[in-house]
Amino acid sequence: MINIVYRLKSPKFFEENIDEIELDGVIVRPTYLSICQADQRYYQGSRPAEILEEKLPMALIHEGIGEVVYDGSGEFKSGDSVVMIPNTLDKKDVYSANYSYGSKFRGSGFDGFTSDLIKLDSDRLVKIPDDFNPHVAAFIELISVAYQGISKFNEIATTPKEALGVWGDGNLGFITSLLLKDRFPDSKVIVFGKHSDNLSLFSFADGIYQIHNVPEDLVIDHAFECVGSSASQSAINQSIDLINPQGIINLFGVSEYPIPINTRMVLEKGLTIQGNSRSEREDFVGVVKTLKQNPKLFEYLEKLVTNICEINSLNDLKESFDVDHISNFGKTILKWNK
Amino acid sequence: MIFAAILAGGMGLRMGGCDTPKQFLNLGDKPVIVHTIEKFVINDKIDKIVVLTPKNFINHTIHLIDKYISDKKDIIVIEGGETRNDTLINSIKYIDENFGIDEDSIIVTHDSVRPFVTHRIIEDNIKAAKRYGACDTVIPATDTIVESINGATIESIPVRDYYYQGQTPQSFNIKKLFNLISSLTEEESIILTDACKIFTLKDEDVHLVDGEVTNIKITYPYDLKLANTILEDIHD
Repeated sequence: MINIVYRLKSPKFFEENIDEIELDGVIVRPTYLSICQADQRYYQGSRPAEILEEKLPMALIHEGIGEVVYDGSGEFKSGDSVVMIPNTLDKKDVYSANYSYGSKFRGSGFDGFTSDLIKLDSDRLVKIPDDFNPHVAAFIELISVAYQGISKFNEIATTPKEALGVWGDGNLGFITSLLLKDRFPDSKVIVFGKHSDNLSLFSFADGIYQIHNVPEDLVIDHAFECVGSSASQSAINQSIDLINPQGIINLFGVSEYPIPINTRMVLEKGLTIQGNSRSEREDFVGVVKTLKQNPKLFEYLEKLVTNICEINSLNDLKESFDVDHISNFGKTILKWNK
Repeated sequence: MIFAAILAGGMGLRMGGCDTPKQFLNLGDKPVIVHTIEKFVINDKIDKIVVLTPKNFINHTIHLIDKYISDKKDIIVIEGGETRNDTLINSIKYIDENFGIDEDSIIVTHDSVRPFVTHRIIEDNIKAAKRYGACDTVIPATDTIVESINGATIESIPVRDYYYQGQTPQSFNIKKLFNLISSLTEEESIILTDACKIFTLKDEDVHLVDGEVTNIKITYPYDLKLANTILEDIHD
């Protein structure tokens, strides 16, 4: 079947493209999408030129929900609300799918969700209740990355979890802190950030500190770095300083630069550094279940929704990226009418 | 009930003397009409799809649907008419005789040679037809419109902001449409080649639905060549 896909042709320039999809999977109509920093880097053209040349034109966006239009297999009903999993598996691989060399990721290796319709295999969809707040549900993918990192951490952590430190006062820092509080209610979640405005939103946390103003006797058991970019260096090194022996440092922040870290202290304290990016089906299922069991989380997560843009034209899409670019906190949600 | 009428009654006389109507020519690896029907097959809101073709192409159309479309339980192929209006009337009569028409029945009429129609446009048509009784799919005019009555000099150049290019689908409350068509005089029937124009002539509102620049009509050999080139591009 013919499909219309809206691709980024070159930085800040979207175009309509005609594509073809077979009717042998589930066909989904996107309803709410969410802009990620990775999309923004393509849109702004801030990735290296050779990467842009290799990947564009490409439809952006890998966070979003939609409505099932058609499923020949009968697994889903028309009208079902679903969250879309952007990771496409290479099932032969021995590695976990989210880190496999063979997996392909939408909005990075191939087309993301900005199109009239999207064809997915049924295992790339997780049904969500109709009463889920769609603005929050739009970024379940981002929540699932934090969920996945926390699940992996929980499997390997052997020392106490009395104090969990989160570095970063942005979206992922907020989500990770919130999920930690939900998963480990008896632990103290302590947030370290730079911007007092952002930090004031972390009212559920047990401690909030600006990075230049941390008490000398403060220690944590494990760290979660949600900073990224060149600032990762100071965040990681501060966590190495504050962490107790045999703690785990969970890295989430993406950086375009090499990040020097204090390996002497990593060795001395016997620390484990764990990388986290992307997520898999079980993480999406876990997030949907968590949100269902604890609907109060929506109230907290809704604080992250700073822009809601109705997309009726490619110009609207462009404006939404521009609005997102000048926002220093929160998520830009696209109500997809295009 | 919600019906789709795929208007494939034309013989494609502008297609450069080609013997086969343009809706049956291949776009990529499937005939144009199959691509168009698929867009309606996947829409669960549509109860029945009535495909109206020239009489001597009815069997051919049935074979194409058998060959390319696996989910064909709701597709019916019947004969179109001499004109576009006749074809439309045939579809309404068929629906009335076989399924009955009630106050809420909707018909989404679409050119078989517009295979690039989007799911969003069809959904918006259904919503607008339910709510307003009639709608037309349009995009803002990009070229300046020049009016000339005598074909030699300009009569006027209207303000472009008020003008749109009509596409399809055009969608209607069937009862309302049928009543208006029945009230046309013979003279009116001959000149009214567009169903939406019947509404405007009778002072009935027709709501606008946003179309897409990609929702092109394959009218000339050039259009098909262009569409095939775009599809070949994605297959590379």
